[in-house]
Amino acid sequence: MEEFIKQIEAEFDDLKPGILKPESHFREVFEWNSINALILIAMVKTEYDVTLTADDLIKSKTVKDIYSLIETRSNK
Amino acid sequence: MALFSLSGTRISGIAAAVPRNKVSNLDYRWISKKERESLIKNIGVETRRVAEKGIATSDLCVAAAEPLLRELNWDRREIEMLVFVSQSRDYLVPTTACIIQDRLGLPHSCLAYDIGLGCSGYVYGLSAVAGMMQTGAVRKALLMVGDISTLTTSYRDKSTYPLFGDVGTVTALEYDPGAPAIHFNLQTDGSGYRAIMIKDGAARNVMTRKSFIIKKKGPGIYRSRLHLELDGIEVFNFTLREVVPNIKALLNAKEISLSDIDHVVFHQANRLINETLRKMLKLAPEKVPYSIREFGNTSGASVPLTMVVALRDQLGNQRQKLLLSTFGVGLSWGSAIIETDRITVPDLLEV
Repeated sequence: MEEFIKQIEAEFDDLKPGILKPESHFREVFEWNSINALILIAMVKTEYDVTLTADDLIKSKTVKDIYSLIETRSNK
Repeated sequence: MALFSLSGTRISGIAAAVPRNKVSNLDYRWISKKERESLIKNIGVETRRVAEKGIATSDLCVAAAEPLLRELNWDRREIEMLVFVSQSRDYLVPTTACIIQDRLGLPHSCLAYDIGLGCSGYVYGLSAVAGMMQTGAVRKALLMVGDISTLTTSYRDKSTYPLFGDVGTVTALEYDPGAPAIHFNLQTDGSGYRAIMIKDGAARNVMTRKSFIIKKKGPGIYRSRLHLELDGIEVFNFTLREVVPNIKALLNAKEISLSDIDHVVFHQANRLINETLRKMLKLAPEKVPYSIREFGNTSGASVPLTMVVALRDQLGNQRQKLLLSTFGVGLSWGSAIIETDRITVPDLLEV
């Protein structure tokens, strides 16, 4: 989980380290637009070989929600 | 899967022509300076070439063909096939390839037709020509691939306007029974046709006055039913799902390894997609040339354009074994493995 947060911080240079927490509502923490959605989807694919869809992002609220999706799909 | 090999076709040369007019995304005032910088950084398009009104794709392809034919010293009366791959043809009717046949002074014995594909167009076009060439039925052919994508993008649509650039390319192919086979893996998924489309203007939704009405489709996205629409996330997920398996299937079937490949030329979709694909295949950056920064997403021509601007020296002076990977509108995708040996690549032409 910590590793995941560090990876997000690495991709989004606007994000100051330490701000993002598992409970953080990601849409509130950084500007949410489709480029940022693509960056997140790309990072999750490259690092975890898991595919997030637009629906997944719409249904997720917190960083933990997204991480849970990754965990579930990695175990398949 | 349409996974197959075709023998008897040799690429003799590739040329490209772009409009002189250069537009920079730093000047795209519809979005904030911060958004422009993010776009340039993540999508990877800094400048694009934009054709003036009245210039058609065929003009760019014909312009590129003249110096190529000269340098190859081809007698154009020997050209027996012309395929024009574009989604911005001269007219809805007739086939643009016929008009080009006449413009170039090709003989009446030449077969000519258009292929209505975009991003996957180069690989599909190669397969069409190589298919005819393998028995020597056709000895010399021209494959023209290009698009004036800027014709159909809406200025106030930040999801499309700053992405695309215009270009016309031409590839000269010759019958050579000794040429190394070209390997193809071509696929289709029409369920995704809505991901990249223009709704009105053809048979399904005939053009009406309503077609011209510009509507807000999202923040910073205003377009009409005659403008190109692009669902970025849908296309991204399609790419992540299909492109690498398609490439791996081809490599495995033909018992070729990525380490045998000199360069992998991807369709120039956007930097984020392409870099993700590169990392998924564990390819070193030196093996993956780009043209997207200076020229944008150039639709079907992006593969030959990248070859002309980024691999000109290698193609002209050495043998090259290339993996071409194309994917997009349709949804249509295909990869090909080709080998070239010191081919003619004129300087990029600006018209």
